Amino acid sequence: MTNSIKERQVISVIVLNESSVLARITALFAGRGYNIESLTVAPIPDSDMSHITIATNGSTKVMEQITKQLHKLIAVYKVIEHEEMVEKEMILAKFPITEHLSDISALCLAYNGGIVNVGKDMIITMVADEPRRIYHFIEASKRYNPIEIVRSGVVAIER
Amino acid sequence: MQMSGAQMVCEAIIAEGVKTIFGYPGGAIMHVYDEIYKQTGFEHILNRHEQASVHAADGYARATGDVGVAMVTSGPGFTNAVTGLATAYMDSIPMVVISGQVPSSLIGTDGFQEIDAVGISRPCTKHNFLVRSLEELPRLMKEAFYIARSGRPGPVLIDIPKDITVDIGHFEYPKDVNIPTYKPTYKGNDKQIIKAVNAIKNAKKPLFYIGGGVVLSNASDLVRDIVKKTQIPAVETLMARGVLGASNPRLLGMLGMHGNYSSNMAMSETDLVISLGARFDDRVTGKLSEFAKYAEIIHVDIDASNIGKLVDVDYPIVGDITKVLEVMSPMLDEVDSDRYQEWRDILTRYNELHPQSFVDSDDVIKPQWAIERIGQLVGENAIITSDVGQHQMWAAQHFPFDRPRQWINSGGLGTMGFGFPAALGAKKAHPEKTVINITGDGSILMNVQELVTASEYKIPVINLILNNHFLGMVRQWQTFFYEERYSQTDLTFQPNWKALAESCGGIGYDVTTKEEFDEALKDAIAQDKVCFMNVIVNRFENVLPMVPSGGALFNMILPQEEEDTSKETK
Repeated sequence: MTNSIKERQVISVIVLNESSVLARITALFAGRGYNIESLTVAPIPDSDMSHITIATNGSTKVMEQITKQLHKLIAVYKVIEHEEMVEKEMILAKFPITEHLSDISALCLAYNGGIVNVGKDMIITMVADEPRRIYHFIEASKRYNPIEIVRSGVVAIER
Repeated sequence: MQMSGAQMVCEAIIAEGVKTIFGYPGGAIMHVYDEIYKQTGFEHILNRHEQASVHAADGYARATGDVGVAMVTSGPGFTNAVTGLATAYMDSIPMVVISGQVPSSLIGTDGFQEIDAVGISRPCTKHNFLVRSLEELPRLMKEAFYIARSGRPGPVLIDIPKDITVDIGHFEYPKDVNIPTYKPTYKGNDKQIIKAVNAIKNAKKPLFYIGGGVVLSNASDLVRDIVKKTQIPAVETLMARGVLGASNPRLLGMLGMHGNYSSNMAMSETDLVISLGARFDDRVTGKLSEFAKYAEIIHVDIDASNIGKLVDVDYPIVGDITKVLEVMSPMLDEVDSDRYQEWRDILTRYNELHPQSFVDSDDVIKPQWAIERIGQLVGENAIITSDVGQHQMWAAQHFPFDRPRQWINSGGLGTMGFGFPAALGAKKAHPEKTVINITGDGSILMNVQELVTASEYKIPVINLILNNHFLGMVRQWQTFFYEERYSQTDLTFQPNWKALAESCGGIGYDVTTKEEFDEALKDAIAQDKVCFMNVIVNRFENVLPMVPSGGALFNMILPQEEEDTSKETK
């Protein structure tokens, strides 16, 4: 058994866009003791389905069970265990107006984003990048005293 | 046709061919009950507790293979039904439970008798619906029955707000179901089946491991045929008793915690497990790392999530047992059954060494004797239901089951109080059979109000109470593992069983000798009334063999070692 190896896995779950479907998914994870690292959900354009992206982790055996248990739910159409994927996460970050606008702008540009709003008291920026780079952005932004950071959770698409 | 939502519910039940439903009315479901009053398409049995309604529908489903139907009201009506749903869910029983809900406009306001039924029942149903509009009601009723009986069966809850049962709209019951997200796999993968067949042909010590899925798939005849053709030994799980028939020479018995010696040894020494519709439950496997340690594993199951869940599988086959065996069977025609002779000889010796046995007594009735005696007196005309505990295990070990669906018990959830209402359901389905609930003095009280139901509707089931004045199974564990500290298991304070039965319109028998047992049983069968047979049995009898929890299957406490072992654990 290879239960000890914990690996990160991103899965996409295509579900019927009906009431309580998200509750079914999250209840399954909670009830069977699976971990959710991040979760995003939105309707798929021009269809009655929704796309749920879940970043999770577990041994190969656990991952196999997660996939099979998801498949078993009546409202689940398809489960994709991503292997070759493009994966992105978005961040909104709020900085005090006292920080240097140009420094923050340059930082965000480096992470595929920019300043999206400047108000009386604060600057709001947006970046969208791979999860690893998002982590770097959070680290780098600390020197500009961020007031608040909101992460979107990952979305992924198979290549 | 224009009709109310309540009428649609009744029409759907009739269209599904259901003849008997079980339930209990209340505020939110009253409009449906009003329509039940007016219709003649099906009979409604009023149980005296919602849990019993669901168990009765469950017993009906297990006895027939058809979808059982129960109806309850919102709030407490529904929460009382939850144990019944969970019981059916764990044993994959096709069932539709219809619950009333507060009017749509009140949902979310903590209305009177409001509870989030779909939220609570999500982990103990195969699927559930909260009906949002009258338009979708006929379709959801159709889908509920379809989902319940297809694929791996299971209970489905349909929660209907009161206003939807009042509203009037167009009714047309759909002929077909199309759920794009739900397509069960029935046909096995041919390549995997061929590989599995080759593994069987090359094995020296193969073993059929037969589970409840064979019963659910109605595959018993196919399995019997294959076992006969190959002469490969077989073990049954608790849920599969009756699949091969007690007189089948290749059947070793039941395996697991209370399996017999040869079955558990066979599983420990086999080189190829052929698992048909079994799910490697912890009560079956014992210590996983020692389970079938020397074996490759073929696992046939309609539910892919069962395969590889607990043990690594070499030949996974996802599909319906019947469909898979129909393909597999002809491939085994030319199998050389002699190649397993040495294996069969080993197992025969094991069985001779430690047969399923007990020491009978002339002074006191032994529970095992009572069960074997029913087998002799009623035999194949019996349907046996049971509650949960020692009596359940003795029944599984000692009753000569000769066909599937003859044995009805709560295996997965282990629900005390299941047996009596399930017996009512089974008797409604098969009035010509003698239905006996083998129960204990603990379990029977958990749905004892059903005496009234059974009397009112003249459903003459026999409740055989194996009375040891203990919560026996827990007492047994306390004897073995808790130094005889009998914490809250002494049931010496009891009702007067005879008077209790009689006060509800039934018959009671107090039995202390074998002669009284025979007389009472014969009399009970001849009567058309529900009865309690209060059989006083040996107080400290243990269920043996026993694999202590978490131990390897081959480490069994055997009958003759019992005395030594209990001393050791002191």
